Parts: sequence; C-alpha cells; structure tokens
Amino acid sequence: MVPLSWYLALAAALFCVGLYGVLARKNAVAILMSIELMLNAVNINLVAFWHYLTPQVPSGQMFTIIVLTVAAAEAAVGLALIISIYRRRSTVVAEEIDLMKW
Amino acid sequence: MTAAQVIFLITAVLTLGAGVYVVAARNLVHAALALIAAFFGVAVLFVLLQAGFLAAVQVVLYIGAIAILIIFAIMLTRRVMEDTGPQTNRQWWLAGIIALVLFGAIVFSLRLVPALQGVTAAAQPIPTDTIEKLGFAFVDPNQYLLPFELASVLLLVALIGSIVISADRK
Amino acid sequence: MQFSEAFIQTLTWLIPLPPLLAFALIVLVTNRSKTLSHVTAIGLMGLSWVMSWIVFYYTLSIEHFGEHVIAAAVDWLPFGSAAMGTQPLQMGVLVDPLTSVMLFFVSLTCLLIFIYSVGYSNYGKPRDDHDRPGTPPHGVEPLYSRFFAYLSLFAFGMLLLVVADNLLLMFVGWEIMGLCSYLLIGFWHARNYPDPKQITPRQAAVKAFMTTRVGDMFMLLGIAYLYSQAQTLSFREILRSDEMLTHLATTPSVVAGLMVSHVVGLLLFAGTIGKSAQFPLHVWLPDAMEGPTPVSAMIHAATMVSAGVYAMIRMFPLLSAGWRPGDPLTPPMLAMAVVGAFTALFSATIAVAQSDVKKVLAYSTISQLGFMIAALGIGGYIAAAFHLVTHAFFKALLFLGSGAVIHGVEHGHHHAEQLAHTGGHAAHAPAAPFDPQNMFNMGGLARRMPITYWTFVIGGLALSGFPFVTSGFWSKDEILADAWVHAPVVFVVLAVAALLTAFYTMRQISLTFLGEPRSAAAEHASENDSIFRPMLLALVVLAFFAITAGWVGILEDFLGLRMPFPNWFHGYVGGVLLEHPPALEFNPVPLAASLVVSLGGLLFGWWVYRGYRKGADDPLAGPLGAMYAVLRDKYYFDELYERLFVRPAVWLSETFASEWVDKGVIDGTLHLVGRGALRLGRIFRDYFDAPVVNGSGDLVGESVKRFGRSFRVIQTGRVQQYLLVGMAIVVVLGAVLLLPGLGQ
Repeated sequence: MVPLSWYLALAAALFCVGLYGVLARKNAVAILMSIELMLNAVNINLVAFWHYLTPQVPSGQMFTIIVLTVAAAEAAVGLALIISIYRRRSTVVAEEIDLMKW
Repeated sequence: MTAAQVIFLITAVLTLGAGVYVVAARNLVHAALALIAAFFGVAVLFVLLQAGFLAAVQVVLYIGAIAILIIFAIMLTRRVMEDTGPQTNRQWWLAGIIALVLFGAIVFSLRLVPALQGVTAAAQPIPTDTIEKLGFAFVDPNQYLLPFELASVLLLVALIGSIVISADRK
Repeated sequence: MQFSEAFIQTLTWLIPLPPLLAFALIVLVTNRSKTLSHVTAIGLMGLSWVMSWIVFYYTLSIEHFGEHVIAAAVDWLPFGSAAMGTQPLQMGVLVDPLTSVMLFFVSLTCLLIFIYSVGYSNYGKPRDDHDRPGTPPHGVEPLYSRFFAYLSLFAFGMLLLVVADNLLLMFVGWEIMGLCSYLLIGFWHARNYPDPKQITPRQAAVKAFMTTRVGDMFMLLGIAYLYSQAQTLSFREILRSDEMLTHLATTPSVVAGLMVSHVVGLLLFAGTIGKSAQFPLHVWLPDAMEGPTPVSAMIHAATMVSAGVYAMIRMFPLLSAGWRPGDPLTPPMLAMAVVGAFTALFSATIAVAQSDVKKVLAYSTISQLGFMIAALGIGGYIAAAFHLVTHAFFKALLFLGSGAVIHGVEHGHHHAEQLAHTGGHAAHAPAAPFDPQNMFNMGGLARRMPITYWTFVIGGLALSGFPFVTSGFWSKDEILADAWVHAPVVFVVLAVAALLTAFYTMRQISLTFLGEPRSAAAEHASENDSIFRPMLLALVVLAFFAITAGWVGILEDFLGLRMPFPNWFHGYVGGVLLEHPPALEFNPVPLAASLVVSLGGLLFGWWVYRGYRKGADDPLAGPLGAMYAVLRDKYYFDELYERLFVRPAVWLSETFASEWVDKGVIDGTLHLVGRGALRLGRIFRDYFDAPVVNGSGDLVGESVKRFGRSFRVIQTGRVQQYLLVGMAIVVVLGAVLLLPGLGQ
C-alpha cells in the first residue's frame, strides 16, 4: 500500500511549486493559477489524513469541500479584480500594479 | 511495489510535472492546460484515497469551472502580455530558494512527527456510506450546518462582488 | 339635512386648513403648471366655502345660538396649573353668531376673488415677450402659481382669524394676513415708474407692512396686558363673564385714571387703527392699490381690513365694559367714535378729488371702515357688524369691477395701438405712458362693457346707500339711526360723510362709464375676451349679494309697516352679547337724513359731471380752488410722515447709529480692544509659543518624518515582494522553532 508520507511529500512539493509561482510569476492570472495549485496541495493533505487516520468521521472531506468553495469564490473575485484593473490600467503585470505605495 | 504504488507514483510525477509547467511555461494558455492536467492528477489521487465524491467534485468544479474561468481571463487580458520574453520577475531566484527551503523544512519536519511514521493503510475500514454521512453532516445543526450556510453566503457575496467589480462602469 | 354637533365641531377645525394645504401644494408640487395651481387653489378654497356654509346653515337651526355656541379647544402649552391659579393656555375654535356671519361672507368673497383672479391674470393667453416676473402681465402673468399660493395663504390667515376662540390665535391669523398683504402688494416688485415720486409696489409693500406693524405692536402689548390681568385670552371666558368684565373694568391700571379694560381696549384699538387703516395710520391703504386688483379687493376691501373691525366687534364687551346705553362713553369707545367719525369724513373728502379709479375706492374703504368704527364707538354693535357684512360684498364688487374696467381699458389701449400701427400713422410719436387707471381717460364705457357697468352701478348705489333696494342703505341707515339716538355730533359728521360718499361714487360712475369716450383706449375697450368670463361671473354673484345682503336686517317697524320678515340679523348677531341689545325704535329723522344724503349726493354728482368733456379740468377744481390740490394730495399726510418719521428714522440709522454710534463709539472700542489683544498675542508668540511649544512639537514631528522617510522605500506596493518577505520570515521562524527539536 502507499504510505501516508508519500502523499504528504507530494502535497508539500506541489505546495512549494505553487508558492514559487506566486512569488515569481509576472502575470496576475498566472499567480492566480499558482494559488489554485497550492490549494490543491492542501486538499491532498486533508483527504490523505482523512483516509489514513479518521475514515469514520467526515471532517476531512468536509474541510476539503469548504476549501473548494473558498477557492471558487477566490477565483471569481480574483479574476474580476484582474479584469477590472486591466480595464483601467491596461496591464495585468503584478509589479506594475503598485498604487498602494508611498 | 504494488499496483497502487505504481499508479500513485505515475500520477504524482504527472501532477508535479504539470504543476512545474504551470509556473514555468511562457505561454499562458499552455500553462492553463497544464493546470487542468494537475487538477486531473489530484482527482486521480482522490480516487486512490477512496474519496470518490471529492474526485467528482474536483473534476466538475476545478476543471469545469475554475479552469475555464481562468482561460477566459487569459483570453480577455491576452493582448497586453507577450508570450515571448521572461514570464518571471526579478526576484525569481529568491522565490525559488525560499520554495526549496520550505519544501525541505516540511519534509524534514514530517520525519519529526512519530504518529506519521509507518502509516501505510487506513486505521479503520473505509465506510461505504461516506457520501451519505457527508450529506447528513452538512444539514445537521450539531455538525456543519453553520459552516455550510456561511460557505453559501460567501459564494453569494463573491458572485455579487465579482459582478460589481468587473461591471463596465462608464 | 341633519348634522351632529361633533361633526360641525370637526368641520370648524377644518375650515381654515384647505387653503393652507393649497399653499403647500402649489409651492411644493404644482407650481410648474398654471392650470393645476389654480385648480388646486380654487378647489380647496371651494371646500372651505362649502364647509363654512354648512356650519352657517347648521347654526341657523340652533335656538339661542348666542348661548349654545359651537366651541372646541385643546391644551396648547401646558404651562400654568391649578396650583398657580392659572389655566393651561388653550387653543380652539369658536363659532358664535358673529363668527358664522363672518364665515358666510369671508369664504364666499374669497372664493369669488380666486375665480376672478384666473381671468385677471390673463390665464389662457399666450405668453408675451414683455412678460417678466414681478411686473404686470401683458400676456399671461409669469408668477401665476405664486399668486394663487399667496392668495391661499391669505385665505388661511383670514379663516383662522375668524374661527379662533382666543386673542392669541386670532393674532396669529392677523399677522399671517399682514405678511400676505406685504407679499401681495409687492407682487409686482420689479415695476418701476418714470415719475420717481410715484410710489412703486415695492415701496408700497414696505410702507403697508411698517405702518400696520406700528398698530400690531400696540395690539400685542394689549394682548399681553390682558393676559397678565385676566389669566386667559379666551373670548368666551373674558367676554361672556360678567364677573370678569366687572373685574377688568374696576381694576386700576398702570395708567393713572384708566381701568385695565380701558388700557387694553385702547391698545387693541391701536391694532385696528393699523389694520383697518384708520386715521392716523391710514396712509398705507391707498398705496396698497399698487398690488394686483384682486388683492385690493380681497385684502383691502373684503377681508383683511374688515379683520380690524371684526376684532373690535369681537372685543366690544370688553371695550364697553361697565357701560350701559345712556351712560357716558368709556375711553376706548370715545376714542373709536372720534377716530371713526373723523376718518369717515376725512377720507371721504380725499376721495372726492382722486383721479385713479382704485384710489377713490381705497379712500372710500377707509371712510366706510370709519363708519363701522364710529358706530361701534357709540354702541351700535349690530349696526357695525351689519355694515361690515354689506360693505364686504359691495366693496369687493366695486374693486373687482374697477379691475375689469382697467383690464378693459388696457385691452382697448392695445387694440388702438395696433390699429394705429396698421393704419399707417407713420408719424405716430411715442405716446406718453398711458395710465389705464385714470378715470379722466375713460368715459363711455357703459356701452362697451355693459355687464361691468351694471354690476358696478349696483355696487356704487349700495355704497352710496341708494334707498330701499341696496344693502348699503339698510346698514348705513342703521348706523345713522344709532348715531342719532346716542351721539348727535357723530350723526352729523357721518351724514356729511355719507353725502360725500354718494357724490364721489356718482362722480366715479359718470367719469368712467357715462358720457363720450375720452381716449382711444376707452373707445376700444371691451369685455368680450375669454379672460373676462371668470371675472364677470364673480361680479354678477357679488352684485346679487350687494343687493340682497341688506334685506336680512330691516327694522321690524320700518316706516310703521309690519315687515313680512323680522329683523333677523339683529336677533341673530345680538345673541353674542351678554345682554341682548334692544332693537331700535323706528325714527323718521335719520331715515330722512339718509334719503337726502344719498339721493342728494348722487344727483349732485351726476349734475356736476354730466357734461364733462375731454381735456377739461375737473369741474370741482374751480369752486374748490386751493382746497382741491390739498384734497388731491391727501392733506399732505405722506409728506408729513416723511418729514416726521421716515427722515428722522433714516437719519437715526444712517447718521446717528451708523456713523456716530457704530463707527465712532463701538468700532473705536473694538479697535482698542483688538489692538491690545494683538499686542498681548505677539508677546505670547515670541516668548512662549515659538521657542517652547513649537520647538518640542517640531522635534517629535521631524523625527517621525525622518524615520518614515528612511523606511518608506521598503513599501513598494508590489504584493509579491511583500509575500516574499513574509515567506522568508516564515522560513526563518520555522527554522528557529524546529531546529531545537533536532537534537532529540
């Protein structure tokens, strides 16, 4: 059988890939995609723990569903923000969106 | 090596590969397609973990909705982003180092938790009525009724909010 | 129809309110639409009229109505308590015979004047290029909606005054009317005349307001004094309580030799002198003719000036407290008799020499009000009330008739001008400004404007007391009869005034309607335009009442005949008083006198003016000589007041107060204080504020600023950089937390 640690390691790897994307990508849409990767990594963790440790209690799956909901909301609002910024400033480059500075 | 392990490894490699392509690709549309592949890999992992419902939700929601949304956003904002040239900012190397260090730290700290060592199979048999339990848990006031309702409110707010934000005001 | 008493009480509360509602509606909602505005005003005024007449009709069926009045009141301000021996101030409504008679004619004349105004303001005519807000209309009145709003507010004030059951509420209505009078006299506020000496509507409005204010001030004093002595202002409590009246009539007042009731009565009478334009505060009323004619009719003939007389009639028990028929007059009554009789004669003489058709009527109004005041002064309570009612009808009729005449002549003027232009009179020099109100420019209008002529004649005959038919005869006859019995001197004065009244009325009719047209305008005058329809309607209805209103007060044993109907008015209104006044015996002397003066005056007037020709001098100017100029210039009262009051007041404010007191004394002191304070401030600034306070403050501020400046570079606004820093800290923190566990 597959050990739990394999899943955890995979999740950690996926999370760090997503983190790199969030920190390094220029395009705001790409940053959003990276965030989705990170959320998926967390979901893998949650389901894996549920499967291996507490299969009788639905909490693990429940959290996954909540995360899914938040991810959907975040994607919708995030993309709306990006499109709105694009309309006003004609850019989606995260570095150029720096209104909130001194 | 069991068949499950083989399937896991193949899936894991594909998922990670897709993830890396997402953050590395120059062409954003390609990146979005790789993102779909990664989502699909995660869905396979959910099946391996005997969470069939979640696997279905993963496919429907992530691939069916979020990925499509992202592709739309890419297409709407495409004109300003050249597919050529570097797609990363100047701090990419620092970001890489931090990601690697974090990965090391996580893997390293996993080894420190004794409860996780040597867990290779489910502690109890996986119940066959997981979906049923899930459904009841959602509407049971003693369990997850409140989070469930809050999540629906959150979705509603996000829906309205995104319409308001992206509406074309003259 | 049967009504319950509660219903009638509610109705009484509601009577003044529809015009107020109309005012609010027109001002806030409908002012853009002329049609909607006048429909609102007339509709709601009509509602008030219906309610008033229902109340009047109901009171006819009450036996001994004087004792069983309709009254309702609510506590207003809760000050005053049984412990202090005072009652809470109450506000309420009261319908007694006097009120109900007032309601009868006030609501009707108001309604008719509203209807008349529709035509008078040229409703339905196209807009003229010359129409500017604040000037008389060529086409349709530009401020049409506003005019109806003001009229409605005015009607509210009058109805409120009539139904009020106490002096204070009555005073509120009184002042509302004062305001409306100001607004309406100055309605054509932008109008200017080429002759700088001619008073403009704007000045006339100010003059009217200031003059009546003098009287109002005294009246307010009187109300306050009465309240302090009687602890109440309610009409019923003061006027129908023998105890209270005796108390007031026997308590010495602050003025030596006078009782409280005397002082209060004199002060209240001062208010009436202002409001009803009695001598010496009569100067505002003729100038108030600068307002639109419906306003002159409404305010300065039918309602507002009657309000002054109404207040006196209302307060008559107080004015005459302690007086029995046959006793010497009380001081307020004496004052009223003297002032009223003098005013009646005095202004009748002025009216004889006026050339403006409205000015004649204005002085005639003052004169007739003098009749009423004099009648009250000699105890002719019912005669005064009777004349008030009949006068309201025929004077409103005359004013509205004169408005129609003016309109007709203006019409003719425009028509004649058009003819002159199209007729090719190329050398048509710019004519001198045409005065459509000057009677010497008229003549012969009887043929051009027959309905106006006949109604005007009816009004004029009523005013001069044409025997047996017109209402004016009966009421004036009653006043003369009263005067004959109580005060022969007053009788003589009033008889002469009545003679003059008949004379100037006939003069006016002759100059205006009879003879040959004396100008092109008069030749082309007409009343066939559509705008005349509402005007003529009002005239005809008023003419009906100008005749019939007198028939309710005919003496029972008149000429020794048994009249088929009793003297209803006497029985009805007399019930207001505590003691029903005895009906006068029929007396042939005053009857003969009134026959002689009215017929004689009319005949004489006709004889003098029958052959008047264009361009000739006024036939009176020759025989009267220098006196004519004095009369024409109104005994120079305006000039006298200008010297006596206006110039000193202007000097007081401009030279004394402004130059000496304000700029010299007050400003000087202020500058001194200011300079001292400035010096003190400079010392503080130089030796305390600048080094100590500013120094430490700047130190703190500067250091924070420097700190911020050096650190603000890390705030780039780039979210990824922030996140990177955040993650670096997480990694470092994680290392710090996890590394110690390594050893185990």
